[in-house]
Amino acid sequence: MFESLSDRLEGAFDVLKGNHKITELNIADSVKQIRRALVEADVSFKIAKDFTNTVKAKALGQGVISAVKPGQAMVKIVRDEMAELMGGQAEGLNLTSSPAILLMAGLQGSGKTTHSAKLANYLLHKKARKPLLVACDVYRPAAINQLQVLGEQLGIEVYAEVGNQDPVSIAVNAVKHAKSNGYNTVIVDTAGRLAVDEAMMDEIGRLHKAVAPQETLFVVDAMTGQDAVNTAKAFNDVLDFEGVILTKLDGDTRGGAALTIKSVVNKPIKFIGTGEKMEALDVFYPDRMADRILGMGDVVSLVEKAQEQFDEESARKMSKKISQDAFGFDDFMEQIQQIKKMGNMKDLMGMIPGMGKALKDVDIDDDAFKHIEAMINSMTPSERQQPDTINGSRRKRIASGSGRTVQDVNNLLKQFTDMRKVMKMMQSGGGKRGMMNMMRGMR
Amino acid sequence: MSFFSKFFTKDKKETLDQGLEKTRSSVFEKITRAVAGRSTVDEEVLDDIEEALITSDVGLDTTVKIIEALEERVARNKVMNQDELMQMLYEIISGLMQHERGAWEDFELPKTEGPYVLMVVGVNGVGKTTTIGKLAHQFKNKGYNVVLGAADTFRAAAIEQLGVWGERTGVPVVKQEMGSDPASVAYDTLQHAVSKGADLCIIDTAGRLHNKKNLMTELSKVRRVMQKVVPDAPHEVLLVLDGSTGQNALLQAKAFSEATQITSLAVTKLDGTAKGGVVIGISDQLNVPVKFIGVGEGMEDLQLFNPEAFASSLFNK
Repeated sequence: MFESLSDRLEGAFDVLKGNHKITELNIADSVKQIRRALVEADVSFKIAKDFTNTVKAKALGQGVISAVKPGQAMVKIVRDEMAELMGGQAEGLNLTSSPAILLMAGLQGSGKTTHSAKLANYLLHKKARKPLLVACDVYRPAAINQLQVLGEQLGIEVYAEVGNQDPVSIAVNAVKHAKSNGYNTVIVDTAGRLAVDEAMMDEIGRLHKAVAPQETLFVVDAMTGQDAVNTAKAFNDVLDFEGVILTKLDGDTRGGAALTIKSVVNKPIKFIGTGEKMEALDVFYPDRMADRILGMGDVVSLVEKAQEQFDEESARKMSKKISQDAFGFDDFMEQIQQIKKMGNMKDLMGMIPGMGKALKDVDIDDDAFKHIEAMINSMTPSERQQPDTINGSRRKRIASGSGRTVQDVNNLLKQFTDMRKVMKMMQSGGGKRGMMNMMRGMR
Repeated sequence: MSFFSKFFTKDKKETLDQGLEKTRSSVFEKITRAVAGRSTVDEEVLDDIEEALITSDVGLDTTVKIIEALEERVARNKVMNQDELMQMLYEIISGLMQHERGAWEDFELPKTEGPYVLMVVGVNGVGKTTTIGKLAHQFKNKGYNVVLGAADTFRAAAIEQLGVWGERTGVPVVKQEMGSDPASVAYDTLQHAVSKGADLCIIDTAGRLHNKKNLMTELSKVRRVMQKVVPDAPHEVLLVLDGSTGQNALLQAKAFSEATQITSLAVTKLDGTAKGGVVIGISDQLNVPVKFIGVGEGMEDLQLFNPEAFASSLFNK
């Protein structure tokens, strides 16, 4: 996430790090590079300019020149300003009214339908709400069908009216339906529209008025360019929305939209979409994001994600097994399943301070574990418990059972043995080096 | 400029002008404002032009190139009127958009043995399926036999969406179930096309973020499998880019060309964005020509891209 912006910024700070003597000129140079990095990341030109002016003023005011480590002092100023620019604190949803109505709006292709479903799933499982999805995109071919398919996957009811071409009346009817059927949350998916399309903007204005949503969320693609400013403004003028969902952050976007939108419309980014799976929706924390952009990792989120999947009992068992050298493939498999539930591997590893950069060119795809799982599944229970018993002919059998080569099996076994060592080492205080080895083991 | 009348009927030129109205009023006005009332080209004018270009998503590298070209052509502080300066900018920009491999002059397919296979790729939500619908319409109107292949088997209801376009345009759609192997759908589509003697075969694919290695590999597989039916397929790999995407468009193009060797680009949603400037950056920075632009929601609103017409439209010529 945001790797290339991080890279560029780092270059900008190097100007200060490398020089022993820091002058106003160095700072100006560094600031100029920061501005370029931001503009290249699609941060609105004007905002990039304002931002760097503030940074420059603070850098000179707070005595970066005389700081012991000017580079770090500068990083701190940029980090704080960045968090501020993105909104300071995380903001949740306001769902007090009954039913709570959420309206999704945005350009075509920004991800409204997918994120309506993701949001419903999030509210159902994490907030114990009873959500109803409403299909109001009557224009795009098969949009209603798309929401229905997603609703079915998630076990969430989708309200749709076949043949009704008026989204306003569909939404109004849906709210009635929700009230009489005990749904306490209504999520209204709407058609994508261009901010310059007056008729369509008028329509969503009427829809907004008719259902009076508590939360209107503007859904925007994180890869949007300089136009993000105008689009966000235009939608805000009509809808005065409550917050923003930033989508497709799992791409290699440089995150300009994230840095820009808050300050343009003064509305918080509430959620970010981080993958194609229905679980890939995260609450947005501006300060944590600033840390990540500046390559400081995001340990807090990582720990939170781990805690969600964490089971104290099994962790205690695991730890005991490691110390007794009894950690087997079954346990390994269990861990893989837990990690997989936490989300995209590369993102997870990127949350560890300093790892983002180390992983820049490392390719870890979501299916990273597929072959490993296949090989483990081809082992007998006793082999899994006692990997040392896996001899040549067993390796051959495992290889043909999993469709891999004997060499792959050899690698897995070797990595597994290494990993056991590392884990033991970490238990007795290892650290980042240990983690790195483990990563290499998993590739 | 009578030169364009060859390619553009009056109607089309009008749609292009209308579709690009926001872009034009933005890029053009910004530049005009930057040079208005100036009689010399000094640092300040250049700075203002630079800002106008960057805020139009032209991108840093191309902007610097344009500014440098401008500097080269005008002696510093030379007295020069606004029209002369605008003309110079027009020439530089339209020059940057020219491409060796060139644009298509009409919706006319090159001659191939068997069907002409066009595979459409891009990140999520750029408008691939809609573009395919419009392409099918345009080529069918030209009298070609078109077959569509619903190889986006991942996104919910993507197959149905293409199906609706098939009905609208009266073009058959080859499909399997959601979740089936896209390469297999592509294979079926090509076989169908060959057996029916179709002229054009357009393959839809699932949107994928270009940094997802395994999904990009999948595209290479689709390509390989298609070659089992039509050896030189795909004849065209069209990357669809969203006109409101910023500098990420360049990264997308680079990643996709590594996976599937894209041969042309379509830039969509240009009617809604004030930043058609991205087309200038794309044409300049990439080795692949822009062939189509989407300037509206109607079936006719997918046009062949003509760099000079585009530039002159931007400059209100």
